[in-house]
Amino acid sequence: MKWKKSLAILLSGGLAASIFLAGCGSSKSDGNEGKSGGKVIKIATQTPLSGGSATIGEAIKLGAQMKLDEEKQKFKDLGFDLQLVPYDDQSDPKKGVANAQLIGADKAILAVVGHFNSGVAIPSSEVYEKYAIPMVSPANSAVEVTTRGLKTVNRIVARDDFQGPAGAEFAVNTLKAKKIFIIQDKTAYGTGLAEAFKKAAESKGAEILGFEGITVGEKDFNGVLNQVASKKPDLVYFGGIYAEGGLIIKQAREKGIKVPILGGDGMDASTLVEIAGEAVKDTYITSLAGDSSKSEEGKKFIESYKAKFNKNTESYSVYGYDTMGVVLKGIEDAIKANNNKMPTRAQVRDAVRGVKDYQGVLTKVSFDENGDNNYAKVFIYSFKEAKYPAELVGEVSK
Amino acid sequence: MLTEMIQNIPQVLIDGLTLGAVYAVIAIGYTMVYGILELINFAHGEIFMTGAFIGTAMLIVLTGIGWVSSVPTIIMLIVVLLFTAILTGLLGMGIERVAYRPLRNMPRLIPLITAIGVSFLLQDIVRFIAELKKGNYIVTGPSLFNSQLSIKASSISSIFTDATIKQSFVIVLIAAVLMMIGLDFFVNRTKWGMAMRAVAQDRDTAALMTINVNKVISITFFVGSALGGATGVLFAVQYGTIDPYIGFILGLKAFTAAVLGGIGNIRGAMFGGLLLGLLEMFASANLTLLSHGVFGAEYKDVFAFIILILVLLFKPEGLFGKPVTEKV
Amino acid sequence: MKALWQNYRKNKLAQGIFLLLYIGITSLSLYLAQKSVTAFLLLLASLLLLYFTSFKNVTKWLIAGVVLVILLPFTASNGDGYQSYMEVATLVGIYISMALGLNVVVGMAGLLDLGFIAFFAVGAYSYGIFATAQANHFMPFGHYPLSGESFWIFILIGCFVAALFGILLGIPVLRVKGDYLAIVTLGFGEIIRIIFNNLDRPVNITNGAMGLPSVTPPSLFGIDFLYPSQFYYIVLIILVFTIFTVRRFEHSKIGRSWKAVRENEIAAQAMGVPLVKTKLMAFAIGASFSGMMGVVFAAKQAFVDPTSFTLLESITILVMVILGGMGSVPGVILGAAVMTILNLQVLTEITNWLNQLSTSGAISIPDALSPSKMQRMIFGLLLILFALYRPQGLLPAKNRKYDQKLLQKGSKEANGDSLREQSPIENAQEV
Repeated sequence: MKWKKSLAILLSGGLAASIFLAGCGSSKSDGNEGKSGGKVIKIATQTPLSGGSATIGEAIKLGAQMKLDEEKQKFKDLGFDLQLVPYDDQSDPKKGVANAQLIGADKAILAVVGHFNSGVAIPSSEVYEKYAIPMVSPANSAVEVTTRGLKTVNRIVARDDFQGPAGAEFAVNTLKAKKIFIIQDKTAYGTGLAEAFKKAAESKGAEILGFEGITVGEKDFNGVLNQVASKKPDLVYFGGIYAEGGLIIKQAREKGIKVPILGGDGMDASTLVEIAGEAVKDTYITSLAGDSSKSEEGKKFIESYKAKFNKNTESYSVYGYDTMGVVLKGIEDAIKANNNKMPTRAQVRDAVRGVKDYQGVLTKVSFDENGDNNYAKVFIYSFKEAKYPAELVGEVSK
Repeated sequence: MLTEMIQNIPQVLIDGLTLGAVYAVIAIGYTMVYGILELINFAHGEIFMTGAFIGTAMLIVLTGIGWVSSVPTIIMLIVVLLFTAILTGLLGMGIERVAYRPLRNMPRLIPLITAIGVSFLLQDIVRFIAELKKGNYIVTGPSLFNSQLSIKASSISSIFTDATIKQSFVIVLIAAVLMMIGLDFFVNRTKWGMAMRAVAQDRDTAALMTINVNKVISITFFVGSALGGATGVLFAVQYGTIDPYIGFILGLKAFTAAVLGGIGNIRGAMFGGLLLGLLEMFASANLTLLSHGVFGAEYKDVFAFIILILVLLFKPEGLFGKPVTEKV
Repeated sequence: MKALWQNYRKNKLAQGIFLLLYIGITSLSLYLAQKSVTAFLLLLASLLLLYFTSFKNVTKWLIAGVVLVILLPFTASNGDGYQSYMEVATLVGIYISMALGLNVVVGMAGLLDLGFIAFFAVGAYSYGIFATAQANHFMPFGHYPLSGESFWIFILIGCFVAALFGILLGIPVLRVKGDYLAIVTLGFGEIIRIIFNNLDRPVNITNGAMGLPSVTPPSLFGIDFLYPSQFYYIVLIILVFTIFTVRRFEHSKIGRSWKAVRENEIAAQAMGVPLVKTKLMAFAIGASFSGMMGVVFAAKQAFVDPTSFTLLESITILVMVILGGMGSVPGVILGAAVMTILNLQVLTEITNWLNQLSTSGAISIPDALSPSKMQRMIFGLLLILFALYRPQGLLPAKNRKYDQKLLQKGSKEANGDSLREQSPIENAQEV
């Protein structure tokens, strides 16, 4: 009885509170618009902020936040208030879709920066399409993300079927690899990349000695590496991200596997060097990021990022930064086209797709009719010593 | 095909034993708690993870201080192991006191909820602290015992290829074996161990025999968690890199190992852990060869679980458990 | 205060008025203040209030029907949050259905199952494979993807296939008991997930880790089902079917056999309860609800991949069952609803709110403690607190009570209906 009584009291209390809140809520939103003299434009980020991929999700979010803070004043002059709304998709498709509905419900949100996992991006983008909210992805490289013909989906990074062959080209022609062993992490990203690499390497005449999967989150990859050791390849390719990649490099070198190891952009992180230590020598990665430490803007970005968040940049922070740059450029264009009035979502969507030759810190951006970046390039880096970032040894453009 | 498998065997054995030793010591923690409370302590994997973090943090701090470098590394490791074991042991006791003891007379599934809750909480707290201190929660400790030993297996018989051993492997194995022997001695030869076995057999009767049941349960948690935490340190030394989410998968595997050996049976858990480690390593090294490429190394867990299910079906009490006749 | 409460408990009219008032105010506030999640939740909570009234069952069902079919969608449809509310409501429905399925296995038959999500996966994949071009890779005949009309048949197929898998799992499981059962089912769940994750070679059946994109939306009479507000009704119909079936089973012969097996297997066997059939029935029935919802889930998400079916999901559903009260149908419904809403809406809203406070500078939070990352921690804390202070579940299971004197007086008329007249309150509680 006591339980029910307290429940009844709780419910009635909640009711009273809700009426109170509802009253406040409506008056608050009025006040908000009056105070700043402008309207609020919100931009959402949807990345994994908890769970195994949280480092990357956080890096994307912080990069995006930095760009947004930098542009705040410019938009204030136009009469708009910029706000960032970070959502946590937990790398879970269900959560991503539910968040996408919440984002759709908030009319002030005009664009989304995200996701990290292609498996979350694909179902969530179906929702964005219904609300005409443009999504610009800083990281999804799976081919299906843009090939479904959605108007809202864009990405600034290269697709697997571009990066994989670029890696294969480098492996076969530059590193002269004839026998290749492929390891992949059985995620959408790792499998997609490794499959694309395998296809291209085979067509270039290399022999594939093995195509093995590992489990994400494990720390011991000696079993697969024993297989590598007995097959004696000239090159090991890893499709996956740095957490597993670093350990594979380290454990392979401990096993006496001295051949070069090639990986994708998921390995492009300072943590890779931290994990693998000295063993990282003679590792190559194909990355979508240009050498940001060389250019002036890149150095400035790294310094101000460090100053602002007291953290070192990850490769994905600059992706987040540029993605937000493209999004804000699109919104700005839409505002201007709409005579400095609040643009609709559909207008923003078309403006984002229409962005031409945006120069970011990392890459230049122009979207084609699918939302893929025309300027997406693949850069090849070599770790000659245990130091991040690695040395740039080549680049491949479309 | 067969020659390739045989060539690899020395290396597979070594790698399998390393992983198996880790599984074995964690499995002991599961099996002890299960034996005494009939509770699957899902938080045990997280205690292991916390131990790995405490150990790594101490190693980083200690190697950072100049004067310690004059002390042999092995002594430093022993100090770290002992200290971590005590801390995680206390943590385990605390968890039992707060999250399990109030629920002891409840249906057996209720503590499962608190166990899951404790896991989440520990994961997040560790992540928070690591991130606050390092800015990144994937932590790599100082590399110790890195020198390689080479076993000339080819000199024994020409069909084997040479295997390499990391020095840390020897240390992990020795430490794990010492812990297991110590535990076995503690449970079978000491007064507290006897009390523990008594409580595991019949809690009420044991209480009548003037055994302080609460204290015994606390000690069980202390010992199990201390072992788990110490294994965490060993794990961090062997593999170098840790993150707050390692406890889940490892805990699952260790739990499997405990069941394989007969849950509640400490020697069974040790054996089950070693067996599981070896099986897993063998599967991931040879599954492709055995199946001509139809099943790759990614099926190794399927392989492990199928073996587990088969064992349970045909010897449900586990490899080492005693069959229990059910009372009406 | 106490007297007032007692009065209220007895007075149906007062209860009716209070309920009506409550529903009216919450609906109105949801209608007017569209952004208020609180109003939405409070309107849902009216069903809980309804459950505690002492009306007849039929009346309760009718009121619940009116609230769920008409009032909730209508009042929410006014503003921008409509689809978002409906998405949450749809997912709540899906989880309730799954939790009810697991409740049959764990709560009623007492068989601890840690791999329950596998049946959900089986359902989702059975629609996902045939409603995308994927089936062309291995099917020798037919043209895929199938049209949206096939969805309705696939609900049945999903139900059937999942039940089949339930029996397949059940057969070996019959040999093991208790915690061994738990680990076998856990292994089974993991095996299914890993196989789905790897079945892109030698024959590409599930497309492996890449998942199945662009699942055909269901259609009926030429209308495509695209929005959560449309799926809401599909889910609602299946959910009602689930609740009805589970309730019927619970008080039937098989339901009593389940409980007998749960309480004491050997005694049950001695009393002539067929163990094999009873346990297999529990697995098959529990799995079939999951399979149906799997089909709906695949269609709603328009994308299926193995990451939705991890062990953590199995554990989440188990937690819903335990939190609500094992074996208690209303409890499990409440548990599933609370967990889903908490995870999808409340925690997200709270973190957004805290985030806004910290960006506007009202409170300062170190970055590592950023509220948007704390969901796991809050979730963990809640679990611990609930288990410690409400361990028997939110609405504990009650066995139907029979009045002994009445039974002795005339066993012929002592069926449920005449009992209901005798003690309305007790009977209302065990609904």
